[in-house]
Amino acid sequence: MAGALLFRLRALVALVVLLAVFSILSPAFLTAGNLTILLKHVAINAIMAVGMTFVILSGGIDLSVGSVAGLAGMVAGGLIDRGLVLPMFGVVVYFQIWLVILIALAAGAVVGTVNGLLVARLSVAPFIATLGTMYAGRGAALLLSSGATFPNLLGRPDLGNTGFLYLGSGTVLGVPFPIWLMLLFGVAGAFLAARTPFGRHVYAVGGNERAAQLSGVRVKRIQLQVYVISGVCSAVVGLIIASQLASAHPATGQSFELNAIAAVVLGGTSLMGGRGSIGGTIIGALVIGALADGLVLLGVSEFWQIVIKGIVIIVAVVLDQLQRRLQWQPSKA
Amino acid sequence: MTPDVVLAATAVVKQYPGTTALDGVDFAVRRGQVSALIGENGAGKSTLMRILAGVEQPTSGTLELDGRPVRLASPRDAAARGIAMIHQELNLLPNLSVADNIFLGRELARYGILERNAQERQTRDLMARLEQPIDPRILVGALPLGYQQIVEIAKAIAQDVRILIMDEPTSALSAAEIGVLFRLIRDLKSRGVAIVYISHRLEEVLAIGDHVTVLRDGRAVAEAAADAVDVAWIVEKMTGRTAAAGVPSGPHAEPAGAGPPTLSVEGLEVGQAVPPALHGVSFTARAGEILGFYGLMGAGRTELFEALIGLRRVRQGSIACQGRALAHLGIPERIHAGLALVPEERRAAGIVPTQSVRENIALAQTHGLYLSPAAERRSAAEFVRDLNIRAASLEQPITSLSGGNQQKVVLSRFLLTSPKVLLLDEPTRGVDVGARAEIYTIIRRLAAGGMTVLFASSELQEILTLATRILVMAEGRITAEFAAAEATEHALVAASAPAMAALNGGD
Repeated sequence: MAGALLFRLRALVALVVLLAVFSILSPAFLTAGNLTILLKHVAINAIMAVGMTFVILSGGIDLSVGSVAGLAGMVAGGLIDRGLVLPMFGVVVYFQIWLVILIALAAGAVVGTVNGLLVARLSVAPFIATLGTMYAGRGAALLLSSGATFPNLLGRPDLGNTGFLYLGSGTVLGVPFPIWLMLLFGVAGAFLAARTPFGRHVYAVGGNERAAQLSGVRVKRIQLQVYVISGVCSAVVGLIIASQLASAHPATGQSFELNAIAAVVLGGTSLMGGRGSIGGTIIGALVIGALADGLVLLGVSEFWQIVIKGIVIIVAVVLDQLQRRLQWQPSKA
Repeated sequence: MTPDVVLAATAVVKQYPGTTALDGVDFAVRRGQVSALIGENGAGKSTLMRILAGVEQPTSGTLELDGRPVRLASPRDAAARGIAMIHQELNLLPNLSVADNIFLGRELARYGILERNAQERQTRDLMARLEQPIDPRILVGALPLGYQQIVEIAKAIAQDVRILIMDEPTSALSAAEIGVLFRLIRDLKSRGVAIVYISHRLEEVLAIGDHVTVLRDGRAVAEAAADAVDVAWIVEKMTGRTAAAGVPSGPHAEPAGAGPPTLSVEGLEVGQAVPPALHGVSFTARAGEILGFYGLMGAGRTELFEALIGLRRVRQGSIACQGRALAHLGIPERIHAGLALVPEERRAAGIVPTQSVRENIALAQTHGLYLSPAAERRSAAEFVRDLNIRAASLEQPITSLSGGNQQKVVLSRFLLTSPKVLLLDEPTRGVDVGARAEIYTIIRRLAAGGMTVLFASSELQEILTLATRILVMAEGRITAEFAAAEATEHALVAASAPAMAALNGGD
């Protein structure tokens, strides 16, 4: 049935409708320039939401993603701007950019590992575990600079650490690098979720942990891995933002976790775990991005934008519940 | 009808779609006496009890309370008439105090403010009357199980109960706690409370009961005064066969044609509690055998299977599959070594409800770097055909299948791992009659192909029909072993009865 199919693909339908409505109401909407800005914004949320999707599919939640983005940006910023100070040797070490990026990503992986160990090994509720690391991570980001901004991430040619800005501002084939990164994470994430045993195991753990365990799935390992993925995705986001601003600010990424969760939920992933998709999450992020961009172009007040975003999220979840109920019917018949 | 009878069920019939649970049962509950109800699983005890407590309505037949016909529309209605039921799983809130629990739903309040002190005072008086040293302010969760049971009874008494129905009240109690419970029951009797007592523990029933009624296949087949009968009489009535002289013991009788040993378990100890979940369990299983584990609820069958697959830590002892020691390996390694467990609780531990039939079948076989949906479809289709799984499509949600077909899907999942030893915990629970026969056929076919099948069941008929060899468990131990040919219902029931040490220790 076409109606049922459209209902199932409602996030996509909503996206198409939004794009149509905004392009009719505002001639500036459907221009290459505006769409590029829109996608650059979406990329930041989408990459973070890809990691979040794995965590939520496994039955968890990750509130620490915003803090991890902030921390990763500060780690990279500090290493480029100030270098690594080693007082006992009286030297300051500057790294090449690829190494800086690797270290910042490792910082994200470390926070993810802590989250995973807390959840899988110590059975701390994911909400609480990641609430704790959200605070700790933000504190660590502030500690790195005593709360200040690292203002200059250009790097110095004599130190061989230039080029960081390319990550956020560079283009390939005329398309900004962050958009390519979103594409890469979306495709890789979708493949990982749908086509690998790892992905299947994530779904199984979220669907029925005990059944998965009895079937030989290493449940604790899966739980650890999803948080590491989420941590690395968030670190990538932190690096993109720092690169775009050419500076690292410790408050970067505050409340980003809510945007990421909103994208995941809008994309049809169940907060109970076990149900959803990476493709849905990308569409969810696009819906949020298109909504924000279009409303700005239409001159809708910033405060109304927030209200509308909230309503859209609630409607999405209500529709999801409706679908669940419709699905239950045939099993009873 | 004697004046003693307070509640009488006459010619009660209860039909469910497809089965008759009760088929014209007469049952009388007498004032100041313990009326014991005995029978195998599925004999109709719970159904009768639920009818007496107003949970269910009989299809036909009458209930009389104090000589007048009565219709118990709901548990609330029954409670209003002084009938209360204490379930096997207690209905208490562990996070509230004893007094809060006893007054739950009928709190004492003035101007909308809870009168804690009055509740605690009344609870203290009640406990004094029952001669139970329980502080009304203590949290129920902090009490030992036996005392929680007493709180449950006190809750019923606080509501002026005249008829108290107790379902397996001692199944989770220690010997000392049973003593306390029995003292309380005798005290209630002396106050004129009528008690319906359901238990699998036959000696216990004879010790506390005044009247014994035996149910079999939905009929009350025998009734007698408790002091006029013995365990052998009860077993005979329960199983419908004359008790053979003694228990056939015949240890280590291998059926002809059994292959080489595949699984050997030696001195298995599991659990820290006293008594432990498993104690000194040893046995060997051979290729081609269908080894049946019989026992009552809590006998340790599920614990044994969970220990074999690696869900429970083995404290002592060894498990070996084809010579490979498994006791300290994880679940994936044990599956790789050739073990697989189809769990008892299909919903909680068997199916992944969010996934399709295909994904559920493939779950235990997803290794490597990437999935091949095509290969998954092929092997799933093969099992759907082989095991006659009725599904319109491989992609339909598992939850849209019937219980029997869900069970076959879970079975397929583990057959796909090519197990040498297949563990089936209650393989036909919640499965309709047709699918049950099919599952039996599948199990026999697997064993004929050289697989070792271990299955646990609390249904005598299933054990006797399916097993080529039978091990009986009680209280975490193996208490008897029978070759299929020499096993009788009587012998299995006798061997499965828990020892009743210190039964009368409370007196």
